[in-house]
Amino acid sequence: MMKVLTVCGLGQGTSLILKMNVEQALNDKGIQADVEHTDVSAASSMQADYIITSNELAESLVAHDAKVVIVNNYFDMDEINQAIDGHMET
Amino acid sequence: MKFLDRNMIKIGAEAQTAEDAIEEAGKVLFQEGAIEATYVDAMIDAYKENGPYFVLAPYIAIPHARPEDGVKEASVSLVQLKHPVKFGHQTNDPVQLVFGLGAASSDEHLTLLKKLTGLLNDKNNVEALINIDNLADIQKIIEMER
Repeated sequence: MMKVLTVCGLGQGTSLILKMNVEQALNDKGIQADVEHTDVSAASSMQADYIITSNELAESLVAHDAKVVIVNNYFDMDEINQAIDGHMET
Repeated sequence: MKFLDRNMIKIGAEAQTAEDAIEEAGKVLFQEGAIEATYVDAMIDAYKENGPYFVLAPYIAIPHARPEDGVKEASVSLVQLKHPVKFGHQTNDPVQLVFGLGAASSDEHLTLLKKLTGLLNDKNNVEALINIDNLADIQKIIEMER
């Protein structure tokens, strides 16, 4: 199954909010994926197909094997849907 | 669990800097007994160390720290700023709504974030929360997500 990480600075709040909306978007599209939330330092040692995060944190994840997808407005389902459509091979 | 209860909302707050704004949102959590004073410092430190990534959408910041930094109860406060404040975010500045998050390690934390996401996924709610200047009307909007 596709593995997706949502990433924020502490892994406590914002990455969980992003996870909820990403799961919602994937669900609506009928895409099966395992979505996990974490902080930016833990993310670097975790395996994943995709990492979804903000522009601010994307720079520190460029070395990761996963493809990094940027979402700037975590509450804009249109942007999240477009990010998934545009960057994830589903 | 405290989700934007009456005493957790402050309207028309004055803040000059991002640190001021975060402190305001933290103070509300502290006054309501949801966190230790140390948590407010941790919220500000998190901003200094990790930057403004928690400005999750235009006008919206959700400053927080870790549960072990002094959270007593899963909680969310709201400070509506009288004047927008820049946090240094590339796309979402300036901030006018600061939701202080007392991040707990319990299931209640997840419940709170679901409520908050439900509230803020609707652009009309965000616009209303920015512009309304009385508590009763703000509570009406929040009431829908309870």
